[in-house]
Amino acid sequence: MSRAVTAAELGLLRCHVCSQLSRAAASQREPRCPRCGAGLHLRKPSSVSRSWALLVAAMILYVPANTLPMMRTSSLFGSQSDTILSGGVYFWTSGSWYLALIIFFASIMVPMLKMIALALLLVSVQLRSRWQPGQRARLYRLVEFVGRWSMLDIYVVAVIVALVQLKALATIQPGAGAAAFGAVVVLTMFSAMAFDPRLIWDAREPVHG
Amino acid sequence: MSVPLVACHECDLLQREVPLPEGGVARCGRCGAELYRDRPASLDRTLALAAGALLLFAIANSFPILGLALQGQVIHTTLYGAVHRLWDEDMKSVATLVFATTIAVPAIELSALAYLLLPVRLGRLPPHFTHVFRVLQAVRPWGMVEVFMLGVLVSLVKLAHLAGVVPGIALWSFAALMLLMAALTAVFDPRALWKAAGALARPAAPA
Repeated sequence: MSRAVTAAELGLLRCHVCSQLSRAAASQREPRCPRCGAGLHLRKPSSVSRSWALLVAAMILYVPANTLPMMRTSSLFGSQSDTILSGGVYFWTSGSWYLALIIFFASIMVPMLKMIALALLLVSVQLRSRWQPGQRARLYRLVEFVGRWSMLDIYVVAVIVALVQLKALATIQPGAGAAAFGAVVVLTMFSAMAFDPRLIWDAREPVHG
Repeated sequence: MSVPLVACHECDLLQREVPLPEGGVARCGRCGAELYRDRPASLDRTLALAAGALLLFAIANSFPILGLALQGQVIHTTLYGAVHRLWDEDMKSVATLVFATTIAVPAIELSALAYLLLPVRLGRLPPHFTHVFRVLQAVRPWGMVEVFMLGVLVSLVKLAHLAGVVPGIALWSFAALMLLMAALTAVFDPRALWKAAGALARPAAPA
């Protein structure tokens, strides 16, 4: 092919549910997929603003997620609160360095890098940047793939809280940090879903409505 | 349109749809995203895996995952028990999140697959085919059985410092379920399903 032609340039709409390509009649206000009936859009509607809104909410909640305790341990010898970071440090000092690495990667690195990557993608799309679209597409794919692993700490809290209920000896309760952290993971996942990767490539083509 | 075309879901580039060799992958010529893949006997394999996964899912949710042995008493918990505990601790949002990602979504995903595929393989189009398919596509990103499995392993090591940890039947079932779910994503081909469903719908449709 001598020149890249997108479906949008030819007025073709790709269904996000069943991948069917179809042409929208000019009379149709809200075109629907002829095969599966899903609503069709050239690009995800108000992708950039919805993605930004969810991302900013996630960034705000990232602060309590890291400063509030994930778990509170109360035992005969007093009580102790653990944040995400101190939980990871505990593994490091107790010799389970591989678990410390997993926690550090899934709970600290991934959420932070994911938010930075999404912000970078959103800014580049807003500036209609033509810089390295292939690399940015790859970055988006990575963000989509890796984001779910941040849920790890939530499951750890769920299992430990359910098991350590030794009445007189020790109990572990979930802390407010867990709720904030769960919200960060969900919000960044929604933000990545709201982002339309086709916008990365649209800067290369003449502007269309 | 005479030539079958595909648009890349990541960059919208229009490309000709070409037949693939066995096990081949078609990638977008511009951004490298996977357009489609040849998945042999996709419907049969998906159905078989979904049936096996449903069975494992039932076992994984009826038996304890882990037990903690301390001073002669053993405390067990099932997955639902953990969700319940979080709910009682007034962590309703976290309880909902865990319930949705490890119980509700896998249950919906597996039953939707069985609901869509079994009748189609028997030569009938199930009612509300398109609606069920849309639900399936919408929930799939939220199933996190594999992440949960890693979470259980991390907790296992963490708790082993405190007391004796007794792995339950559900732990092994979840591990197997995780493998079957991964195999399902590799084997399920929505294009093949739409093709089969389209062939079933056509004779009945007027015009």
